[in-house]
Amino acid sequence: MTEATLVDAINRTLDQALADDPRVLLLGEDIGRNGGVFRVTAGLQARHGAERVIDTPLSEAGFVGAAIGLCLAGFRPVVEIQFDAFVYPAFEQLVSHAARFRWRTAGRYGLPMVVRLPYGGGTRAPELHSDSPETLFSHVPGLRVVAPSDPAGAGPLLLAAIACEDPVVFMEPKRLYRRGRQPVPERVTPAPLDRAVTVRPGRDLTLVAHGAMVEVAVAAAERLAEDGAAVGVLDLRSLYPLDRDALVEAATETGRVLVIHEAPRHCGLGAEIAALLQEYAADRLLAPVLRVAGADMPFPLLRNEDDYLPGCAAVVERAHLLLDY
Amino acid sequence: MTEAAQTDQPTAPGAQLLAGAHTVLGAPAALRDRLLREVPQPRLLDLYRGLCRLRAFDDRALTLQRQGRIGTYATYRGEEAVQAGSVLALTDRDWVFPTYRQGAVVTLRGVAPEVPLLLWSGHPGGWHDVHRSRVAPICVPVATNLPHAVGAAWGARLRGETWVALGFAGDGATSEGDFHEACNLAAVMEAPAIIVVTNNQWAISTPISAQTRVTRIADKAAAYGMPGVRVDGFDVVACHQVVSAAAARARAGGGPTLVEAVCYRLGPHGTADEPSLYRDQAAARAWEPMEPVARTTTALVAAGVASPAELEAIREELATEHRDLGRAIEAVPAWTAAELAGTVHDPTPWTLGPEGLAGPVRL
Ligand SMILES: Cc1ncc(C[n+]2csc(CCOP(=O)(O)OP(=O)(O)O)c2C)c(N)n1
Ligand SMILES: [Mg+2]
Repeated sequence: MTEATLVDAINRTLDQALADDPRVLLLGEDIGRNGGVFRVTAGLQARHGAERVIDTPLSEAGFVGAAIGLCLAGFRPVVEIQFDAFVYPAFEQLVSHAARFRWRTAGRYGLPMVVRLPYGGGTRAPELHSDSPETLFSHVPGLRVVAPSDPAGAGPLLLAAIACEDPVVFMEPKRLYRRGRQPVPERVTPAPLDRAVTVRPGRDLTLVAHGAMVEVAVAAAERLAEDGAAVGVLDLRSLYPLDRDALVEAATETGRVLVIHEAPRHCGLGAEIAALLQEYAADRLLAPVLRVAGADMPFPLLRNEDDYLPGCAAVVERAHLLLDY
Repeated sequence: MTEAAQTDQPTAPGAQLLAGAHTVLGAPAALRDRLLREVPQPRLLDLYRGLCRLRAFDDRALTLQRQGRIGTYATYRGEEAVQAGSVLALTDRDWVFPTYRQGAVVTLRGVAPEVPLLLWSGHPGGWHDVHRSRVAPICVPVATNLPHAVGAAWGARLRGETWVALGFAGDGATSEGDFHEACNLAAVMEAPAIIVVTNNQWAISTPISAQTRVTRIADKAAAYGMPGVRVDGFDVVACHQVVSAAAARARAGGGPTLVEAVCYRLGPHGTADEPSLYRDQAAARAWEPMEPVARTTTALVAAGVASPAELEAIREELATEHRDLGRAIEAVPAWTAAELAGTVHDPTPWTLGPEGLAGPVRL
């Protein structure tokens, strides 16, 4: 075991995948010598060569599209998008092509590609460096979308994404990149790609979150515990498909569910989770499902970040509404 | 326009790119001085002011960033010549479409420097008045502003008006689809557009050699059926001449021009970047003699256009004008969430009103 930050954990897992499987390639902007703008790929080009850790021209549509062709040529490309919003030029390649490949081969062939997407706010970055576009992808049939929330969980999830025969969008909550260390094993083993994880059990209320919001949920649960409420936290990890069984189980245990996400509220994951619980656990819900989410606005410039980001206070306030229901 | 042999070009790697680029300040001294004396003196001083205005802003912004008083900042030190030369070659009726690298060109259109600085501090008061200045908001995703410039220019033609639109891009941006689509559309629609590519030879850590297999970005123009012009990007006078000619051509119905301003990124990509990780900083330092404020000062003095004292007075005046900007922006009250929510749509839907922002108050 070694202590690793989220950045280290992803770096070590990529290193392991490159060492274990010659079909794995990394591509993206500034990922080679520079090691990526977040240093997630630091040292990997030196170790595995410039033919496997590849600096691309500034051309997201081009290299995400090329990843599809690389899959056909027998590779397993792991593409880094430099920041959340810069995936938009590649949207067509993901939506119209990567997502539909298995469908277009009558179920015969998938595309074993991963798109790594540093996402989310709270880093005081310029415009379009703080978006949370997970819903845009979770809405597209044919894509899997996952998001780790800590160093220990990131490696196994990433390895599973790389092993997956279908395209996976791997969302990295960048504000947690260097947030803290956790022990990670020398060799990572893959986790299931479609399972939520109970971070904290509860009896009175379940907070459902993913990525950087898990931390907020845990802080809120601790605060609520001071008020005598036993509040659980469920970390989704898989954003598509949702872990229905874990969600229904949580609803069964607590009867009260509050979903937290940073992406705008409208048509966000909270809406899907609320609908799913209506469909599968209506008789177990003791209160309506509520959401704490980003407002329906572009992510604000840095001085207003905290007005936008779901925080502990907002979660506690909404939680009380549910607990008192 | 005069093509002249370079004299003061550096021996740095990449300097050969300047060969054949239109230059005035890079001409042999006697020729340079004669060429400068052919330009009306007030215009030269205007260009000099433009350079110094942009530099004063950049200096101040870098200081404030180091003090933690603004956010991540994209310095353009060394690129003042292409920015001031291009924008000052236009009339106030012409539109400009900047990127994050041209964060202060609005100040060349009379917008107070507090405004773009507020933007870098992360305050929505930093969104300047786009229609009054005819400068579009800066675009962060590279090359995405170019189709906008082309559309505006196309609009001028549809209206039968004679203004033009100029869009900026970097060398890295030329690898994006939007660059190609913008160039092609501009040519096909005969849009009076000018696309200025600042070839500073780096896109963060990616050198131009890893970006494209042509050595001259201007050569790409041929593929779209428009002229491509290369200019010394450290030369404010040459940039002004090249963009003036492109604008005159566009106004006369001659269609778009691709301008490649050859220079070098003297500083880091931005304040979060560490260039020593990926490039030889000695090579970067070898480009320092081309730094446009000092280079222009030397040339204007040598040509007898202005005295050192006169030029120093201009620099001083502009530095003074920018001195208290930090305090000025800090005095601007933050916007509330409600104020911000009122800027997404007009009229504001309930989702961004008090109820929508807070969620249900009662269950
Ligand atoms: C579509 C897109 N992808 C990635 C980025 C991240 N990024 C910001 S600037 C930059 C390099 C741009 O290089 P260049 O076009 O040469 O302009 P310069 O920064 O040198 O002015 C990159 C990759 C971005 N802004 N937009
Ligand atoms: Mg560049």
